[in-house]
Amino acid sequence: MHPAYSVIVFTTASGAGYGLTIWLAIAALTGTLPQTSAVVWLGFAVALALIVGGLLSSTAHLGRPERAWRAVSQWQTSWLSREGVAALVTFAPIGVLGLSLLALPTGHAMQSVAAVLTIIAALVTVYCTGMIYASLRTIPAWNQELVTPGYVLIALATGGVLYVLVTAFVAQAPLAIGWITCALLAGVGVLKWFYWTAIDSPSPAWTAEAATGLGTIGKVRQLDPPHTQANFVMREMGYSVARKHVARLRPMVLLTLCAAPMFFLALILTVAGPTAPLWAVLATTSAGLGVFVERWLFFAEAKHVVTLFYGAEAV
Amino acid sequence: MGQEEPQIDFSVPSADEIKTSTCYMCACRCGIKVHLKDGRVRYIEGNRDHPVNKGVLCGKGSAGIMQHYAPSRLNAPMKRVGPRGSGEFVEISWDEALSLAADWLGDVRAKDPRKLALFTGRDQSQALTGWFAQQFGTPNFAAHGGFCSVNMAAAGLYTFGGSFWEFGEPDWEHTKYFLLFGVAEDHASNPIKMALGHLKERGVKIVAVNPVRTGYQAIADEWIGITPGTDGLFVGALIHELLRTENIDLDYLVQFTNAPWLTIDDPGAADHGLFVRDDDGAPLCFDKKSGQLAKASMTDINPALVGRYQLSDGRAAVPSFVHLAGRYLGADYSPERAADVTGVPAETIRRIAAELADTAFSQQITLDIPWTDWAGRQHAKTVGRPVSMHAMRGISAHSNGFQTCRLLHILQILLGTIDCPGGFRYKPPYPKPTPPPLKPFGKPGTIQPGTPMSGPPLGFPMGPEDLLVDADGKPQRIDKAYSWDAPLSAHGLMHMVITNAAKGDPYPVDVLFMYMANMGWNSSMNTPGTLRHLTATDPETGAYRIPKIIYSDAYFSEMVPYADLILPDTTYLERWDCISLLDRPISDPDGAADAIRQPVVEPDRDVRPFQTALLDLGARLSLPGFVTEDGTAKFPGGYPDYIVNHERAPNVGPLAGYRGQDGSAFGKGAPNPDQLNAYIANGCFYRHELAPDQRYYKHVNAGYLNWAKDTGFNGSADPIVFQLYLEPLQKFRLAAAGYGDVLPPESHRQRLLQFFDPVPFWYPPFGDDGAIGDTFPLHAITQRPMAMYHSWGSQNAWLRQIHGDNRLYINRRTAATYDIRDDDWVWLSSDIGRVKCQVRLMDGVNPHTVWTWNAIGKRRGAWGLSDDAPEAKRGFLLNHLISELLPARDGGYRFSNSDPVTGQAAWYDLRVAIEKADAGEAEETRPRFDPLHRPDPKDLPEAAE
Amino acid sequence: MTSLPQTTNAKLGLVIDLDTCVGCQACATSCKEWNTAGYSAPLSDEDPYGSDPHGTWLNRVHSYEVDNGSAGQTVHFPRSCLHCEEPDCVTVCPTGASYKRAEDGIVLVNPETCIGCKLCSWACPYGAREYDYSDGVMKKCTLCVDRIYNESFEPEDRLPACVRACPTGARHFGDLGDPESDVSKLVSDRGGFDLLPEFGYKPVNKYLPPRPRRDNEPPVPGLLQSPIDAVDSSVLDTPRDPLERFFAWADQMLSR
Ligand SMILES: Nc1nc2c(c(=O)[nH]1)N[C@H]1C(S)=C(S)[C@@H](COP(=O)(O)OP(=O)(O)OC[C@H]3O[C@@H](n4cnc5c(=O)[nH]c(N)nc54)[C@H](O)[C@@H]3O)O[C@H]1N2
Ligand SMILES: Nc1nc2c(c(=O)[nH]1)N[C@H]1C(S)=C(S)[C@@H](COP(=O)(O)OP(=O)(O)OC[C@H]3O[C@@H](n4cnc5c(=O)[nH]c(N)nc54)[C@H](O)[C@@H]3O)O[C@H]1N2
Ligand code: SF4
Ligand code: SF4
Ligand code: SF4
Ligand code: SF4
Ligand code: SF4
Ligand SMILES: [Mo]
Repeated sequence: MHPAYSVIVFTTASGAGYGLTIWLAIAALTGTLPQTSAVVWLGFAVALALIVGGLLSSTAHLGRPERAWRAVSQWQTSWLSREGVAALVTFAPIGVLGLSLLALPTGHAMQSVAAVLTIIAALVTVYCTGMIYASLRTIPAWNQELVTPGYVLIALATGGVLYVLVTAFVAQAPLAIGWITCALLAGVGVLKWFYWTAIDSPSPAWTAEAATGLGTIGKVRQLDPPHTQANFVMREMGYSVARKHVARLRPMVLLTLCAAPMFFLALILTVAGPTAPLWAVLATTSAGLGVFVERWLFFAEAKHVVTLFYGAEAV
Repeated sequence: MGQEEPQIDFSVPSADEIKTSTCYMCACRCGIKVHLKDGRVRYIEGNRDHPVNKGVLCGKGSAGIMQHYAPSRLNAPMKRVGPRGSGEFVEISWDEALSLAADWLGDVRAKDPRKLALFTGRDQSQALTGWFAQQFGTPNFAAHGGFCSVNMAAAGLYTFGGSFWEFGEPDWEHTKYFLLFGVAEDHASNPIKMALGHLKERGVKIVAVNPVRTGYQAIADEWIGITPGTDGLFVGALIHELLRTENIDLDYLVQFTNAPWLTIDDPGAADHGLFVRDDDGAPLCFDKKSGQLAKASMTDINPALVGRYQLSDGRAAVPSFVHLAGRYLGADYSPERAADVTGVPAETIRRIAAELADTAFSQQITLDIPWTDWAGRQHAKTVGRPVSMHAMRGISAHSNGFQTCRLLHILQILLGTIDCPGGFRYKPPYPKPTPPPLKPFGKPGTIQPGTPMSGPPLGFPMGPEDLLVDADGKPQRIDKAYSWDAPLSAHGLMHMVITNAAKGDPYPVDVLFMYMANMGWNSSMNTPGTLRHLTATDPETGAYRIPKIIYSDAYFSEMVPYADLILPDTTYLERWDCISLLDRPISDPDGAADAIRQPVVEPDRDVRPFQTALLDLGARLSLPGFVTEDGTAKFPGGYPDYIVNHERAPNVGPLAGYRGQDGSAFGKGAPNPDQLNAYIANGCFYRHELAPDQRYYKHVNAGYLNWAKDTGFNGSADPIVFQLYLEPLQKFRLAAAGYGDVLPPESHRQRLLQFFDPVPFWYPPFGDDGAIGDTFPLHAITQRPMAMYHSWGSQNAWLRQIHGDNRLYINRRTAATYDIRDDDWVWLSSDIGRVKCQVRLMDGVNPHTVWTWNAIGKRRGAWGLSDDAPEAKRGFLLNHLISELLPARDGGYRFSNSDPVTGQAAWYDLRVAIEKADAGEAEETRPRFDPLHRPDPKDLPEAAE
Repeated sequence: MTSLPQTTNAKLGLVIDLDTCVGCQACATSCKEWNTAGYSAPLSDEDPYGSDPHGTWLNRVHSYEVDNGSAGQTVHFPRSCLHCEEPDCVTVCPTGASYKRAEDGIVLVNPETCIGCKLCSWACPYGAREYDYSDGVMKKCTLCVDRIYNESFEPEDRLPACVRACPTGARHFGDLGDPESDVSKLVSDRGGFDLLPEFGYKPVNKYLPPRPRRDNEPPVPGLLQSPIDAVDSSVLDTPRDPLERFFAWADQMLSR
């Protein structure tokens, strides 16, 4: 699949944004949110910026952005529509939570209600994002059990890194959430490792023989494509990334998305001190890079069944 | 849930107006219905009522809109101002253009009309262009037939009065076995496809003989991946098998062919090998009933096919069939020998021969159609041997094509399958006598300044006496047609005109006038050489060797920048045309038909139909027939005026339908002023259906022959006798042996003796000759892509998406021996040059053969495409590798790269060597020529949205 | 809207005969020609006269070589929307622009409401949906809805453009839901098959398989032998030289 930057930005940014709101909500719920409005301001600003930015980026990816509003109508069947609905709905508890944290005394019931709803809505939204991909049978690399958990886990992990970043500037490092984030980052690494193993499985789901139905005669080879220049289908779905790039990029994901942020986080949580913001920025930068590469690979490595008609032997 | 399905207006009319016409996206001449909306062409579909395509439309025809709205279209007449090839032109008015042309031509005509060479390419108005040449007085006229398929036309017309090329087709409805030789697409694009569909429906076995397995061969039940140039031997071996197993129709041979005609067997005599004739010139046979010689045309005799008989002068004679049987039963034509050369296993040859015999003789079909033959004998039924064949350029584009095609006809005739149910059928006005009784005009001394020729330039020589050569044997035509180089060159040799004219061999010309032929690129052999010839100058004067070039094209092709005066044509949707029975009509075996094109939209720029411009030019030159008594234009209304009012012979004109004052006559009748309207009302064609008893055995069918005579198709109703043994060839051989009045120069004698065998035979194509064959191990051929017509599809925004560049296809196993992989770039070299191209591996190609799609490669800057268009970057031509001349023989003379009998260009004789390009080399084709410069891009009309 | 209809009144679709298709592209260009001014007009072309010409086509013709164990086979393979009965291309659509008609099962994109998110093209395993870069919406085979019901047409022209054009007759149009229809019978007679049936989209369009080649048939009995070879030449006084034998036969045949 063609790794379109708009979609990569959308999924990674909004995922991290929702992750961050979830941690803000959890902190509010558990009373661990630093008692300063700066955290609320900063936290919610970053989260909303990422969410809104992501959504805008995904809108820019549309052929007819001015009609984007139509996308929420088909929640009954369409994960994309559900995601749109969920994204819109999520703005409400997030807004209420943010405002109530600023305006109401700590521990107000409204905050708890809003926090629970935010957590649920954000999780549902990220889950929907994951399901957009995971539900596509045409792309065996996505039609995997690990894909949606991966989206959720990465959202929580990158959100956690952001939470540490936000708090690092204004308050004490959040021990519990910090360590949980470390664990989640490790979890991401493990999950990705299993995911890659799964998609590398040598038994392909579909073959050119099956696609063309000519397998009853024998082995099928493309003689000529229909047109000499690539068409939309091949531009969109025929992207293929060289093995040697994959071999280089996967460890890079593990390093930048998991290992390095974990290390910086651990540093913040253990030795802490005035350098914490610096480590937090490094952790965020690394994770940002990592999640971008992770998502790029997620697209670039995914083979679409349609390529079987265009010369691929198996998918 | 929620939403309703959107309301769609299903019944939006597709047009404000629908006009019928004839497609010209290729030469197939399908009927079209053009849907016009808001003054623009919205949709083109096939006309269901049309006899050619019955409603279907091919990939090209369906892209006609984009041709019409192509940015490559020319806008106005142009005069060259920079050097040739520079593309520096100024636009001029039509009046200026035509008076300039008239000046140039008037000058030539007053001095020496031969110095006009008029050659037309994809010309569907040869009845007019040929007549123009004749009235002008130049013998130097031909259309593209000489480089196209004259081998098919000549072999067929000389042998059975029809041909695979255009003049006949298999009886698709009844045939039970179909053999296809060397056809990728052919002129009958849609009819062949429709027919293959029907054969498939009926489960008829299709056998495709072709080095490449694509297109038609892909759906064949059996593919025979023959080595190029060896079909003659394959067919000879089939004949061998049929003779060996005694599976031929002897009665058919006796009744319909010259097999029983006696040939004089007197080696060393001046008439050795000629037919024994009576005092009236009628051929004789030996009648077993009376034990005497008898006129072969008599009906109450029992002619011998074998034996040796004594003539009254004591000499011996044998039935011509003896020569045939002797040749093909010999070991030279055994399946084993054929297998070695052709690559087709001997068992396969035997099996196919048996299948042919089985179908022809055990599955004979009988139609309940009574008919009467020329001798008045009634036949209660029409009997057929349902084996049919078709062949085209895979056979003809080789230097052995004429004899190979004759071999194919012999096979058809031995099986008794000509114009019978299930066999190969003539399309009226064919059959014609073998050959048609027309001699080429232009003998020395007959060409006079300011005078028309007394007959048309093209015809069918019957012997050396009909050649256009002077006493020294020197050619009289610029293309050396009808000379000892190519005696039966019934369509001329267009591929030699530019080379010969530039060299002044046999003489220089003053004006080269061409129409609709992209000679500056894909239509020439040795394109780089041709471009040099087009720009060659006299070292002393600096003047161009070809002083003046007039060209009519509709688009900015590679040829345009090399002309001095451009006459821009309309598109096919903007003009009248006439697809005439005098030329290449649209008949089918059951009916004679012709057609017109009508302008469906008005030209939106300063262009004129070429034919109208030519008529204007003829009038300006006061050519007889083009002006009235008082010197004014005879056809002031242009081409439509001519189509209706011109009479070639009294009451015979370009269109056969709706003649006579009331429009009720077919064939012969006075001009009908309302004729074009009548055609339009009928869908732009007219078809006269033959009565059932006229449809089969037309060569001997009294009903047909009488009708053909009355309609003016044939001069007499005499039966047409198949010429298995071709006496005219023997006459050329005798001349080569020194007999007769017209003798060839020494340099040509060996060649005539060798190749002018009256009994068809197989010889290796010249490309395989010793040294060439060894240095260049692979055959290289092209195929027509179904979705492209030669060069002119690349300007079409849709078609060029399908074929934007071309690959060199090579057999996977062969490639492995050169360590060549898919997508590699390779150098292909021949004796005259190198071309770089990208390969694609495939299994379905003969292992000794590489091939590519024809005419996809383009020159930068041409056709309204950007300089970095894939056609110019990766697309390539094999033409750069094909020499128009054969290597020098003893004495240094270089024959053209053509069939020695007909002069047909031997495109597919090409031999090449292949070599991997270096890893560091640019992934671009070579050679690349300088980009062509388009004169006035600012005026480009807008492309279709 | 993106909910699939429970059932459709008819299952209109195409049957494509791979045994007959010669790969001529008529169905592809006639489709382009009709539809570029039809229901989903335009079908845009990008860089039409430049270095990278490509555009929106609703029908494309592939070609394959298949190893059949002997000489091999070349198969031309037209591919357009199969108007699946249960396709995800409809259900994934967030706007409802992609829908399947309850009336006849035709799968369409509403060009007025499509947002060009391309998700439906991802969900189609058959590559049948092509995004129009200039128009910003998804395009696909409409089964020529604006022809097959077009009352301004002669009844015999109420056919998809590609079927109307196809010179070999390799394309058939009809109701595959009606077991008595010509197309259904053709499918059952010729063993028509679904593309990727395991996928579960239940394509309506069917493909007819290429028939086995006939390059290996047993020779016609009796016809391979020379009749004279068949008799014992020591008994019959037949000449042994093939030419003489042949002449003897010819002479004898004609004297009958
Ligand atoms: N679409 C389309 N249609 C066309 C044209 C076009 O450009 N495009 N051009 C028109 C013109 S001008 C012409 S002349 C006709 C020509 O129509 P075709 O005769 O179909 O012309 P080619 O494409 O040259 O096909 C020649 C075939 O012969 C095969 N071949 C080559 N050498 C040999 C050989 O030695 N033996 C055998 N058995 N086969 C061989 C090639 O593989 C190829 O398949 O088509 C006309 N129709
Ligand atoms: N290597 C190789 N070369 C070949 C062949 C091959 O098989 N292999 N085939 C040969 C054969 S058989 C042939 S027939 C030739 C074909 O070659 P050509 O006869 O040259 O055919 P085209 O390339 O189609 O070029 C015809 C010219 O007509 C112009 N034209 C198109 N429409 C119109 C119109 O309406 N009016 C006017 N005035 N001009 C128009 C086009 O722009 C183009 O410049 O190619 C030959 N060349
Ligand atoms: S075969 Fe195609 S291009 Fe040629 S005349 Fe017919 S429809 Fe036109
Ligand atoms: S072929 Fe593709 S686009 Fe058409 S209905 Fe099936 S899944 Fe949808
Ligand atoms: S591209 Fe259009 S039709 Fe396809 S899923 Fe998106 S909105 Fe629906
Ligand atoms: S049915 Fe119509 S839209 Fe579909 S492929 Fe055929 S011509 Fe194109
Ligand atoms: S039009 Fe018919 S023969 Fe031509 S490619 Fe399409 S299906 Fe095949
Ligand atoms: Mo040709």
